[in-house]
Amino acid sequence: MPPSALPDGDPAPVSGELPAAALASIAGTELGIYVHVPFCTVRCGYCDFNTYTLTELGGLGATIGVDTYADAALAEVDLARRVLGDEAPAVSTVFVGGGTPTMLRSGDLVRMLSGIRERFGLAPGAEVTTEANPDSVTPESLAQLSEGGFTRVSIGMQSAVPHVLATLERTHDPDNVARAVAATRAAGMQVSVDLIYGTPGESLDDWRRSLETAIALEPDHISAYALVVEQGTKLAAQVRRGLVAMPEDDDEADKYELADGLLADAGFGWYEVSNWARSEQTRCRHNIAYWAGTNWWGVGPGAHSHVGGVRWWNVKHPSAYAARLRSGESPAQARESLTDEQRHDERVLLGTRLVEGLPVDDLRTGGRGAVAGLIADGLIDGAAAVARGRVVLTRRGRLLADTVVHRLLAA
Amino acid sequence: MARTALAPHATPPDLIRNFCIIAHIDHGKSTLADRMLQKTGVVDPRAMRAQYLDRMDIERERGITIKSQAVRMPWAVEDAAGASTTYALNMIDTPGHVDFTYEVSRSLAACEGAVLLVDAAQGIEAQTLANLYLAMENDLTIIPVLNKIDLPAAQPEKYAEELAKLIGGEPDDCLRVSGKTGEGVEPLLDTIVAQIPAPTGDANAPARAMIFDSVYDTYRGVVTYVRVVDGNLNPREKIVMMSTRATHELLEIGVISPEPVPSNGLGVGEVGYLITGVKDVRQSRVGDTVTNASKPASKDLGGYRDPKPMVFSGLYPIDGSDYPDLREALDKLKLNDAALVYEPETSAALGFGFRVGFLGLLHLEIVRERLEREFGLDLISTQPNVVYDVTMDDGKAVHVTNPSEYPDGKIREVSEPIVRATILSPSEFVGAIMELCQQKRGSLRGMDYLSEDRVEMRYTLPLAEIVFDFFDQLKSRTRGYASLDYEPDGEQVADLVKVEILLQGETVDAFSAIVHKDKAYAYGVMMASKLKDLIPRQQFEVPIQAAIGSRIIARENIRAIRKDVLAKCYGGDISRKRKLLEKQKEGKKRMKMVGRVEVPQEAFVAALSSDGDKGKKGS
Repeated sequence: MPPSALPDGDPAPVSGELPAAALASIAGTELGIYVHVPFCTVRCGYCDFNTYTLTELGGLGATIGVDTYADAALAEVDLARRVLGDEAPAVSTVFVGGGTPTMLRSGDLVRMLSGIRERFGLAPGAEVTTEANPDSVTPESLAQLSEGGFTRVSIGMQSAVPHVLATLERTHDPDNVARAVAATRAAGMQVSVDLIYGTPGESLDDWRRSLETAIALEPDHISAYALVVEQGTKLAAQVRRGLVAMPEDDDEADKYELADGLLADAGFGWYEVSNWARSEQTRCRHNIAYWAGTNWWGVGPGAHSHVGGVRWWNVKHPSAYAARLRSGESPAQARESLTDEQRHDERVLLGTRLVEGLPVDDLRTGGRGAVAGLIADGLIDGAAAVARGRVVLTRRGRLLADTVVHRLLAA
Repeated sequence: MARTALAPHATPPDLIRNFCIIAHIDHGKSTLADRMLQKTGVVDPRAMRAQYLDRMDIERERGITIKSQAVRMPWAVEDAAGASTTYALNMIDTPGHVDFTYEVSRSLAACEGAVLLVDAAQGIEAQTLANLYLAMENDLTIIPVLNKIDLPAAQPEKYAEELAKLIGGEPDDCLRVSGKTGEGVEPLLDTIVAQIPAPTGDANAPARAMIFDSVYDTYRGVVTYVRVVDGNLNPREKIVMMSTRATHELLEIGVISPEPVPSNGLGVGEVGYLITGVKDVRQSRVGDTVTNASKPASKDLGGYRDPKPMVFSGLYPIDGSDYPDLREALDKLKLNDAALVYEPETSAALGFGFRVGFLGLLHLEIVRERLEREFGLDLISTQPNVVYDVTMDDGKAVHVTNPSEYPDGKIREVSEPIVRATILSPSEFVGAIMELCQQKRGSLRGMDYLSEDRVEMRYTLPLAEIVFDFFDQLKSRTRGYASLDYEPDGEQVADLVKVEILLQGETVDAFSAIVHKDKAYAYGVMMASKLKDLIPRQQFEVPIQAAIGSRIIARENIRAIRKDVLAKCYGGDISRKRKLLEKQKEGKKRMKMVGRVEVPQEAFVAALSSDGDKGKKGS
């Protein structure tokens, strides 16, 4: 799910090749592949992901569309294989996100996975996830995905409350969520549902109802995100014009606490600020790779990648993306090589989001000095810090992670 | 008509006319002056640029003249017999704002006559009236002129009557011109020759010349403008400044026409410039008398006064590392501004800066704007305040130029400066103005109708009230129609208190204010609610209190922040989030700590700005 706004960066080479220093880490580190599918039937008002409706892409005459997308993506997988070379390990996790990946035929999703397997190999027990819209999956399509090697489906539920879904401009039928969850499980795959809280007009009771509905589905995993009004979205324009109220931090804090409480009671443990899993085995390993700073290659328009301290991101528009690959060029738009300080900042920023926390020893002197104060303020868990030497956020600390990170980044 | 100019130093006084133009901002003084330069042939039409005489960008942008200048123009008049005589007209430009009353009085003292220029669509304004009174006190011959007669909204009959009532004479005496089209400008020049008396003086006496302006020029040092009363000044001779007894050599002497032209000297009644090589206008002060070193005059011309700062404000660089640059910039500005005084000051909240004294609010604004524009500085200025004289119970006297110096302990009495204010307004607003002046602790001294629907009101007001927001309020309550002028009028004892603002129990010195006892509560409530909106929520609750001594008079709370985490932080969000973090780290450096409370610079800037805008918290 790359955001549509891309950061500034340094030029990326046409060949896509990486500095030797970045590649040095390849052999000994897990490798993930993210595949972005930039299509949706309609664009939801809050969404700032890099996605396009078929009309936006030019309909039937478009140079790229749902029928040709898998081939374009596989061309980038070829490039990835060339750039990462023979030292590249078998892929541990694959995650297909969007957009709406299930706009592609299941056969195409499977074909992309097979292409990855052929070029890199899949590690034993590899986790293979796709996101899915509850309206665009069927028991048959899900069975086909399972047979093709997918192990996990993440279903965009967002809310169980019709007026909230309407504000979000989600068009799916709420009843289809339960059907999709059941069909996924019947196909032998793990299932996760995504929720959004803080939508304008959503009451605390609305949110409770969404949580209880999600819990009753007995998924393996639940993600819950506070709604962020991103610039350039229709929702942002509505807020600006005063048509809907800006989400309030205090309201979102109440809802986060409610979620963490209800989910914990139902046997879901938090393992990242916005993610809860029924067990350690059902955590999303692909996403953990983002927070642990390991290597992944992002395939698709606007997708981000990280290998050995180099981050890069692809051109956004699907046509430009496909054209680059057709002419044998890397679709990367720009990249950045992280300095030691930036890598430190990221390690603290991302590591503190996880339940395993961040080793206190990874902090600089100033950051280590801030730990006692953060424990006193109730933002980090004193027992974890003392017994295991790790910075683990308390519930209050998770909500104030920004403050905590600033204090831990003291030199 | 225009003629070949008479040579300076050799012009008989009876062929000289010295005059100034008294006008309100926007009433067209600069445009009329431009037209005179053209008609007299001093400026080639092709070289003409709008408002030729206003030099500084800020002046031109604001349409006001801060510093005066003097231009010598030839003008020939035919007598009844048809014989033509060429005269030398010296037009002395006067500053048009209330803060520069003293400079105006010196410019007037250099003239024998004044053109009273009034917009025929607007009528006379308070500042013009004040300057007119000043000119009448100086026995200047007044030539009333209505400008902008080309405007459709012009009401020359109405305002001619108003002027006749003010200065005596008949409405018909009032000349009518259009600076824009040039209509009536030549008859005006003729009238200046005919009506304004020629200067008189003793050509054989030791020289006495009055400095009416003094300007620093980067290339030439200080350029001093003088009006010679007695004797003469000559190139290369030594001169003496009578107030300081300092001796300088005259490197250059000449007239402005309209660029400087060196001459063989200046004689009785003449107006021109001197260059001595000094680098600081303080060595060549407005109002001082210049005489010959070889044959010095025994008595100066009188009227010299040291400039006295009336309003003080703290100026602080937003970036603390700019402090040396601010010092250097002030040192440079001082070369050109004899009224500017400052000394270093430290604020717990704002760091290192300067307490700067100004003649008034406009002076403050101009200095601040020049510091920002010409020197590229970003500044915070604290709420301007006046000077208080505090007498303690034990008889000790304390002179307070900064509210944070206001003494604790038993106070016997406090004096504050007061002004005589003149307000001109359409009569429909009399009630609104009286109500405002009442609120601002004013007392009415008198009131006169200038015409059926225009009234002059005279008040005594505390300067502190004017400095606070009087002018804005006056403008808003009279829909912009009222005008204001004021001049210092001594001190009065008043019931004043110091209101302090506390964040989590810590006093924030930059927000302390000395206010009247009856206004303390309103000030406290206003500041507390402003700060509540400006200071971002912290991890803990932050009480904001306003207090007089130990008594709390207003209170607000900033609730503790509960959530700042970014909910979603996947692969594509990381670079963006890290960049945001780097930006926030930079932002933290610009935070000022008040106790444990982090206050962004912007909050200080917004809280101290007087426009009343409430800032918005970042989301």
